[in-house]
Amino acid sequence: MLSKKQKELIAEIWASLTPVAEDIGADALGRMFASYPGTKTYFSHLDISPRSAHLLSHGRKIVLAIAEGARDIGQLTVTLAPLQTLHAYQLRIDPANFKLFSHCVLVALACHMGDDFTPDAHAAMDKYMSAFAAVLSEKYR
Amino acid sequence: MVQWTDFERATIQDVFSKMDYESVGPETLSRCLIVYPWTQRYFGNFGNLYNAAAIMGNPLVAKHGKTILHSLERGVKNMDNLKDTYAELSVLHSEKLRVDPDNFKLISDCLTIVVASRMGKAFTGEVQAALQKFLAVVVSSLRRQYH
Repeated sequence: MLSKKQKELIAEIWASLTPVAEDIGADALGRMFASYPGTKTYFSHLDISPRSAHLLSHGRKIVLAIAEGARDIGQLTVTLAPLQTLHAYQLRIDPANFKLFSHCVLVALACHMGDDFTPDAHAAMDKYMSAFAAVLSEKYR
Repeated sequence: MVQWTDFERATIQDVFSKMDYESVGPETLSRCLIVYPWTQRYFGNFGNLYNAAAIMGNPLVAKHGKTILHSLERGVKNMDNLKDTYAELSVLHSEKLRVDPDNFKLISDCLTIVVASRMGKAFTGEVQAALQKFLAVVVSSLRRQYH
């Protein structure tokens, strides 16, 4: 359960990161590929070398989706409906990977924000990413 | 036995040699108690853990955070024998403290995030992977004596 304060904090952080969406997104993806090589299997159709055009563009897409969800967390199921369908029926990414990616997003945020990634921000963000992943997997079965 | 590449060995030594144990330890344990509040179940006698501020200011949390990190230092010095290095602590956590071993991953993740926030850009994906591999082997060693 996210408190009102936590929702505001999350919305604030993601709004501030929208200008660097491709950097954060590409960084998080790159970290995931380095730590969890099995995740690369979903990207054989893209060039995922560091800071490649594909990686930056894909990272940007993902971060913008996360940021959009953060604007109105109460409406996540509505906001994510198209992405739910995409992930369930087309991409069919094993949802266990959402946890791995979420962790790498948190690490990317920690690197980017340093001390500003306070324990309260960390807790709120971890909860939000879990909620996001859960909604994303809802149509799988 | 775990195989370490030269890069992994050098990275682990480097990351831990530059680490400020006195602040990283307390912050890691604090974050674990804040982000995963159910872990507070093991710290009933630590006094006030009511909110993030209380946890961050709690001297018992700080002291224990340092203890945990200094124990990791032992692992850094014995990377080729983590199993034996942590055998005694594994028994302690399993039989006396009765800590659910799934919690070890939670505190590892918190440590990764604290190190990331300290190192910033220097904490590349490759450095992260090396640290996570090291912590995974430590965690696995700590799980060994659970029966």
